[in-house]
Amino acid sequence: MIQMKNVMMKYDNGVVAMKDLNLTVDPGEFVYVIGPSGAGKSTFIKMLYHELTPSEGDIVINNYDFKTMKPSEVPYMRRLIGIVFQDFKLLPRLTVYENVAYAMQVIETPDKDIRPRVLEVLKLVGLEQKLRRFPSELSGGEQQRVSIARAIVNKPQVVIADEPTGNLDPETAEGIMEILEKVHANGTTVIMATHNQQMVDEHKHRVLEIAGGRLVRDEKEGSYDSEA
Amino acid sequence: MKPNVMKRHLKDSWKSLRRNGWMSVAAVSAVTVTLLLVGIFMALLMNVSRISTQVENDVRVRVYVDRGTKKSQEAKLEKQIKALPNVKTVKYRSAKTELDTIVGSYGSQWKMFSGDKNPLNNVFLVDTKNPKATIKVAKQAQKLKHVSEASYGGSTAKKLFKTVDTIQRWGVGFTILLLFVAVFLISNTIRITILSRADEIGVMRLVGATNSYIRWPFLLEGAWTGLLGSLIPMLVVDIGYSLVYANAGLTTAANGYSLFPTMPFLFWLDVALAAIGIIIGALGSVVSMRRFLKI
Ligand SMILES: Nc1ncnc2c1ncn2[C@@H]1O[C@H](COP(=O)(O)OP(=O)(O)OP(=O)(O)O)[C@@H](O)[C@H]1O
Ligand SMILES: [Mg+2]
Repeated sequence: MIQMKNVMMKYDNGVVAMKDLNLTVDPGEFVYVIGPSGAGKSTFIKMLYHELTPSEGDIVINNYDFKTMKPSEVPYMRRLIGIVFQDFKLLPRLTVYENVAYAMQVIETPDKDIRPRVLEVLKLVGLEQKLRRFPSELSGGEQQRVSIARAIVNKPQVVIADEPTGNLDPETAEGIMEILEKVHANGTTVIMATHNQQMVDEHKHRVLEIAGGRLVRDEKEGSYDSEA
Repeated sequence: MKPNVMKRHLKDSWKSLRRNGWMSVAAVSAVTVTLLLVGIFMALLMNVSRISTQVENDVRVRVYVDRGTKKSQEAKLEKQIKALPNVKTVKYRSAKTELDTIVGSYGSQWKMFSGDKNPLNNVFLVDTKNPKATIKVAKQAQKLKHVSEASYGGSTAKKLFKTVDTIQRWGVGFTILLLFVAVFLISNTIRITILSRADEIGVMRLVGATNSYIRWPFLLEGAWTGLLGSLIPMLVVDIGYSLVYANAGLTTAANGYSLFPTMPFLFWLDVALAAIGIIIGALGSVVSMRRFLKI
């Protein structure tokens, strides 16, 4: 369960990117976060995994209250979440296999359990043929899929994805969407920031629309445009 | 930590050391130079301190007996010296034996003083229980009957002690300074490799790695650097000291002093160098990555 209470985010340069945000996401929900460029979608997502700390208000994920948790608890809070970054954030010096395995090593998974699980998720995202490639040797869509594989490999309770289909052709985007639907079908909460109107309209889920740093719409089974 | 996690860290750190190429070479060189100096200083200081102890123990009182003193009087004098406080042993050496020693070490031209021409006195060699008591014992012996003079080689010994003290103090100070410089050098070299990996560390944190998990491979990489950096200094010190020992060893032994025998001295010196290398390497890398680990 995710809760945001009166959240306000002001960047150091004075830009207020988010204000008066009140929100609850229940376990197992699929939530789109939509809005024009610069609306504050990435800001919203970054606050969820504690890369940004709200200037005001509080965020609670499961029993981690961001206001009271110790810095040493942050890594453990993050293990509840699988993150797909807008810019992938793969480790350039590790291969595809190593990038995904790293997320499992970090939480001290025994070696014998790592290999089968990594192969399983890489198969799920269709990259089982490219285990030994380095990120620089992959296309954007392939990197995106490695990033998704890494996000889901530890079976997190929540998957957060920032524009996972951005800059991809419709077919590849659809493939990625299907992966996220599969993850969701397994009971994982999915929160996805997107520009992709077609995706939002075809795969109906809860829609949070942000404009100018405010939550302007919260609709179950919503579509991209509020009037449609 | 589970053993397999440690094994993973060891493997990763070694891999990373190799991938860093020239930066690793630079860091290893910094350690090498430092440990070379540290190793030489350590060997020097330890031997200086060993010899100074030997000299210290060697300081003894020489009590010269008046010429023409009878045997019975000498025996009485010996008893009196033995009775002085802090006296450990008393050895008698006749003027003839004294001269023989001189002839032995300075040459046969001294032989002309043999027999009745011998200008030397009979001597009691007095060892004291501790080196500091020598002065007192000498003064007391001086007052005894039939004693022409009691000396303790005081001023030379004192001067020597002072010199040794100075060498040790400066040597230790210099060594500590060197170690600081080494940590600084290493942390700077490693900082550059870490700086280029700041993004990577950020990603590690975002996928849920704890600070200590992230720190381990870096710490171990530093330790490897230190260990590799200690290899050449070990070799140089081992060979160098063996040569010095083989040459100077005999000369010093003739004077009754001795350097540390090569074994096990060099073994422990090598262990110390490796340990210092590992510690400064690990310390250097931990110092330089501290600021990247703020959440
Ligand atoms: N580090 C920063 N410092 C200052 N202002 C920032 C920073 N990052 C973002 N902003 C500002 O905050 C606002 C929201 O940015 P955000 O990145 O959340 O938008 P977004 O909805 O994700 O846009 P996009 O769809 O282009 O990714 C923008 O006005 C942006 O200029
Ligand atoms: Mg964004």
